[in-house]
Amino acid sequence: MQDVILKVDGITKTFPGVKALDNVSFDIRPGEVHALVGENGAGKSTLMKVLAGLHQPDGGEIVYLGEPTNVSNPLDARQKGILLIHQELSLSPELSVAENIYLGAWPTNRFGVLRKKELRRNASAALEALGCGFGPDVRVGTLSVAMQQMVEIARAEAFRANVVIFDEPTASLTDAEKEQLFHTIRGLQARGVGIVYISHKMDEIFDITDRITVLRDGQVQGTIDTADTDLNNVTRMMIGRTLDAYFVKAKAEFGAEVLRVENLTKTGLFREVSFSVREGEVLGLYGLVGAGRSEVVETVFGVRRADAGKVYWKGGDIGLPTPRQSIDMGMALVPESRKEQGLVLMMGGRENTSLPHLSMFSELSVMNKSKELAAFEKYRSALSIKTTGPDQAVSQLSGGNQQKFVLAKWLCADPKLIILDEPTRGIDVGSKSAIHELIAHLAEQGLAVVVISSEMPEVLGVSHRVLAMSEGAVVAEFGGAQMTEENLIDAVSHHRGPMVAE
Amino acid sequence: MGQLIKNVLRRHGLLLAFLVFLAVVAVNAEAFLTPGNILDVLRQVSITGMMALGVTFVVLTGRLDLSVGSLLTLLTVIVVDQHNISGPFPAIVMTLLAGAAIGAFNGLLIGFVGLNALIVTLAMLSFLQGLVLFYSGGSNVNVQNAQDTWFAVFGRGSFLGLPVPVLLFLSGAIVAGLVLAFTTFGRRIYAVGGNETASIFSGINAPWTVFWTYVVSGLTTAIAAVIMGSRVMGAQNTIGQGYELTVLAGVILGGTSLLGGSGSIWRTVIGISMLGFIQNGLLLLGYPYYVQWLVTWAVIIIAVWIDLGAKRGRIFA
Repeated sequence: MQDVILKVDGITKTFPGVKALDNVSFDIRPGEVHALVGENGAGKSTLMKVLAGLHQPDGGEIVYLGEPTNVSNPLDARQKGILLIHQELSLSPELSVAENIYLGAWPTNRFGVLRKKELRRNASAALEALGCGFGPDVRVGTLSVAMQQMVEIARAEAFRANVVIFDEPTASLTDAEKEQLFHTIRGLQARGVGIVYISHKMDEIFDITDRITVLRDGQVQGTIDTADTDLNNVTRMMIGRTLDAYFVKAKAEFGAEVLRVENLTKTGLFREVSFSVREGEVLGLYGLVGAGRSEVVETVFGVRRADAGKVYWKGGDIGLPTPRQSIDMGMALVPESRKEQGLVLMMGGRENTSLPHLSMFSELSVMNKSKELAAFEKYRSALSIKTTGPDQAVSQLSGGNQQKFVLAKWLCADPKLIILDEPTRGIDVGSKSAIHELIAHLAEQGLAVVVISSEMPEVLGVSHRVLAMSEGAVVAEFGGAQMTEENLIDAVSHHRGPMVAE
Repeated sequence: MGQLIKNVLRRHGLLLAFLVFLAVVAVNAEAFLTPGNILDVLRQVSITGMMALGVTFVVLTGRLDLSVGSLLTLLTVIVVDQHNISGPFPAIVMTLLAGAAIGAFNGLLIGFVGLNALIVTLAMLSFLQGLVLFYSGGSNVNVQNAQDTWFAVFGRGSFLGLPVPVLLFLSGAIVAGLVLAFTTFGRRIYAVGGNETASIFSGINAPWTVFWTYVVSGLTTAIAAVIMGSRVMGAQNTIGQGYELTVLAGVILGGTSLLGGSGSIWRTVIGISMLGFIQNGLLLLGYPYYVQWLVTWAVIIIAVWIDLGAKRGRIFA
């Protein structure tokens, strides 16, 4: 076996106005896990799309198994043995596991009829090799996210992949599922597969990878052995400076109560949830995905309806408000999914910023463009948002800059309460710490802040008080010295209360 | 250089094809580019164009309105019949109200109940077809004392040398264009069409917004019916048949996306005018009128194709 399976040699890729990849070179050895890290917009996803045949490079070459290779499309890549496992899985929920493993490359006879037996047999073999606990006939839609990911990985076995690229594979996995995934990755590694591992989560990178290649602004900053480096060093390479104070906590000076929720219940989602938050206070809401955290805050904000419960705003009962009423009172919700819920992607920063407050930016229903531009410019500089202008579609911005526009659209109306649902998910380290600083700053200005996060260090780092949620209920509350990772894990994993009432 | 030509073709291919078509017709039919013929085309376009203004509002939210064809028939019958009964002014008011009411009903089912727009408006198309025959009892209606009424001004009059229907269409287009570009209502429409979930998370009442676009669509069709009734000075039971597709073809041809969130009134004005000149050109070249339908089909397919291509381009860029 060669000592290099795949070598990227001087790859360049230009999009209108941006050099996404600039003379990028790196190589993948058999049996290694090779991390690809960089801030959003550094070129990781472009590079991986070039490898998977979704983009054609403008210059440079890919040397695969010793031969210069042209990867023309994703199916071509897969058949050559290069497999990309996307953050958003590419499976058909209505089809069976076996059909999904071979999606687009089904064995057929000469009349084009599917050879089911062969399909099943091959799929079974691939699933067994991975030690999956489910068979080839299960409908994919009935599987959990982690199991669906295993179906994608089974393609690596089925197509005898030499290179497997993982893009943020643990984004929606629990800790136990993550361990299972790492086990599988080590299995692939032992078979001599070269693995590219893309992630924002540094602890994972130091846990599982052998080498790290750092990208910044489309250029390779260097490739280093994981054993020879540390977090500080990698971060410095990624952003060109060190991050000392990773978390900043706002001073604990609290004012009057802003929001109180009592016994909020929605059948099947959450039950009897109560909490309150004061001016200047950061309340953390921790729980695993599916614990009902987003559903609770979406209900408080008004985009979902509750079956029972009360919401008090500055002491007054406001019933269950509509989003319009919530916004007008001074509530803001930075939702979990910025692309689906947070932004109108084809609009520019200017129009997205004014969207929740059209009446504030208009007179007699006629939009006041100069007011909009003023707000846009104010937050562009205050949050240092990188955009070419007020009307550049936000779809063209990096995740971190998009998230800053979601913040801008709420901050421009001076809210009294801001709820941030996974505010730093999938964004780069630099933007992440900027958002943490912002949270502390807002609280010190007297805003009430609610932060939902699946990342324990984050939720502990920014909050004054943390509620732990599990299976739709608040199971514990921690403040002060009790705010430790052990207590949180204990609360959400050992809680065996009654399931959400059906 | 080759890349440049490719880009120009991709972006302006339809327009270039249209110019080539204009040249071919102009060479082969002398009457084509005469002022009289051009005004004729614009007069024809003013009816479909007026309808297309409202339909553009609907399409921008990512929805459809296929009921406008038979709504045009019904409202034309109503305006002519009521003209004979109660005079021009009450007839026009009644027609506008009826158009808005039927649009509101569509909007209620689509915006608030959340039913599929294609099905709701297709069913409405069929329902109104039936309603026309109920109303008219199957016979055509004509304006009585056609010499003594000012009703004819909307379809046949002219002002400063321009036909009144064309002026109505252009002023309607300006008003609609300003509403979409500069008001909060316009902004809400683009937001709902661009990302309905995100607009709801921003406190925008999406059902209400959708509801009003259908009211607008009903209203512009009612204005078109007044022009139509005034131009023909009568109404047949099939007068608006097929108009829903011509109108939709014009909107799409202009480049307003069926997926919602992108497009504009001036695009619709251009699209519907191009379609008018294509249809007129085909007639002048001696093709039978039904060739228009084949061409409408081709125009819809090509325009939707280009729209999809643009979207794909954006996704992979």
